[in-house]
Amino acid sequence: MKIDEKSNYSEQLQPNPAKIGQQMDLNEVEAFSPWKDTWRQLRKNRFATTGAMVILFFILLGLLAPFITAYPYAEQNLVERLKPPSAEHWLGTDHLGRDIFTRIAYGARISLQVGFFAVTGALVFGTLLGVIAGYFGRWIDMIISRIFDILLAFPSILLAISVVAILGASLQNALIAIAIINIPIFGRLVRSRVISLREEEYIMAARAQGMKNGRILFHHILPNSIAPIIVQSTLGFGTAILEAAALGFLGLGAQPPTPEWGKMLAESRDFIQLAPWTLIAPGISIMLVVLGFNLIGDGLRDALDPKMKN
Amino acid sequence: MPDMVLRLKDLQTHFFTDHGEVPAVDRVSFSVGKGEVVGIVGESGCGKSVTSLSIMQLVPSPPGKIIGGEIQFKGEDLVQASPKRMKQLRGNEIAMIFQEPMTSLNPLFTIGNQLQEAIRIHRKVTKKQARIQAIDLLNQVGIPRAEAIIDEYPHQLSGGMRQRVMIAMAMSCHPDLLIADEPTTALDVTIQAQILRLMKQLNEENNTAILLITHDLGVVAELCDRVVVMYAGQVVERGTMREILKQPKHPYTKGLIRSLPKLSEREQKLYSIPGTVPRLGVGQVGCRFAPRCEMAFTRCFQENPALYELENGQTARCFLYDEIEREGHPDGGKTSIGSKGT
Repeated sequence: MKIDEKSNYSEQLQPNPAKIGQQMDLNEVEAFSPWKDTWRQLRKNRFATTGAMVILFFILLGLLAPFITAYPYAEQNLVERLKPPSAEHWLGTDHLGRDIFTRIAYGARISLQVGFFAVTGALVFGTLLGVIAGYFGRWIDMIISRIFDILLAFPSILLAISVVAILGASLQNALIAIAIINIPIFGRLVRSRVISLREEEYIMAARAQGMKNGRILFHHILPNSIAPIIVQSTLGFGTAILEAAALGFLGLGAQPPTPEWGKMLAESRDFIQLAPWTLIAPGISIMLVVLGFNLIGDGLRDALDPKMKN
Repeated sequence: MPDMVLRLKDLQTHFFTDHGEVPAVDRVSFSVGKGEVVGIVGESGCGKSVTSLSIMQLVPSPPGKIIGGEIQFKGEDLVQASPKRMKQLRGNEIAMIFQEPMTSLNPLFTIGNQLQEAIRIHRKVTKKQARIQAIDLLNQVGIPRAEAIIDEYPHQLSGGMRQRVMIAMAMSCHPDLLIADEPTTALDVTIQAQILRLMKQLNEENNTAILLITHDLGVVAELCDRVVVMYAGQVVERGTMREILKQPKHPYTKGLIRSLPKLSEREQKLYSIPGTVPRLGVGQVGCRFAPRCEMAFTRCFQENPALYELENGQTARCFLYDEIEREGHPDGGKTSIGSKGT
């Protein structure tokens, strides 16, 4: 077919409904998108599915907390203090007679929220900075990379402590601190990915098509860096929850009577010999959630790695 | 000639590396007429790809920089053009296809998605219209089942098919100039022939000028009207395809042609030009090819030869065609052509 004039082009190409309908039958081969492929890989991975079940369990626990628990999480009952697990109190009670199961369930809400918001914050800012540094290079990269270096050189807990010290001790500020700690982790990951993608021929081809920088960045480079970002996010979820627990334990995060797991550990540590269940429940909860996210993260990494595909 | 699409004049693209300045493109001049197919031939590292990237203003910078010369595209100097103007031209009036069809497409998006995007960058059309245009383009470049292929991902296509998609993408806005950087190198021979035929067809039907960059003289013979031979960043010979292949003038071009395998001759060993492409640096004295040249004489190591214009319009960068040398030198004497320095 010959093309005559640029202006006539759209006229020539009016849709022909009859033709299109007929062609649909030819479309037998199902196009496997990279995402569908990843999903299949992930479902085959037993560790990842186990991790997902654990996380799902805690999500449901958090969501259904008001319906499955018999007590308000802050209600004290000094008569019933430090009771071992029983039919009334499935996981026992703490030193103020609060039901531990109730507090774990409400605590799941907090921990998952902390993980989500801290990771989202770190992800958004880290990715943005990383993309800018990697794509534009030169002095912009210099400045951003040095900021990352400084942030990474700081012990993360110390950094969090200083942030909390400036902003005051609360769960929200702990969350901000955790997000800041995690920015350079995402930033460096994205930056290195962008630098290698920048040299890809399809990026050069996109430029040769006259595409603008913004479009190349967000439509070609970013979608191709999404795999490591997803993996890091799931792994970061676990780390963020741990860090929130650590800050809570140090008294720099959630304040009483918030049923934050780290805080629960800290409050119960005096009773470790007298009533070990007060520590075991939040401890195991933290461990399970972090483990769950790590299992999903590892599974995702394998599923998204083109070299592992068969 | 009035109907020039592209005209390079003394283009200099240098790379500023830690090991010094490298003149990757050293005062290169040539032109491409409307609807003409011009080939740039040379070994790896001779500056042909950098030349094409210079035209697109896509030389990686740093370390690369165009430090002199002009690139006239339809009368407009691209070296002076603003980045905004270049974005309008790229893909619209000048298109480019690359060597590796396997990596030239974004693996995450369907063929249709990428084709539509290419169309919609420069044309104000709806997604639906773009899709219809895309299907039509795929049909034009000879892709079977275009309506199905359009929803497939790059990894589902063969190399030849992907190169056809790349060509479709490049032709989407009917450019006046198509730069093809080794478009067939990564493909096997039967597919190569198909792709070359397709390019020839598009060239004839749409009157698109093609600048073909290759190291393969067979590809040149198939497609090109005129040929520019490059060596170590310089143009060493220019002429029509017939002249270059039948009567090469520069010893380097002669060597290139001698090193082509011939089916008719049962030679034991294939000829190869001794030595390798020299390392480039500024301020080199003498002809760049002299160390590998069988005909080299003292002057070749002392001065850099100019491009000598021969009577039939062919030019060669070699002292053999200098008047002074013609008197005394045996080979120069035989070729009784008038020459003048440029």
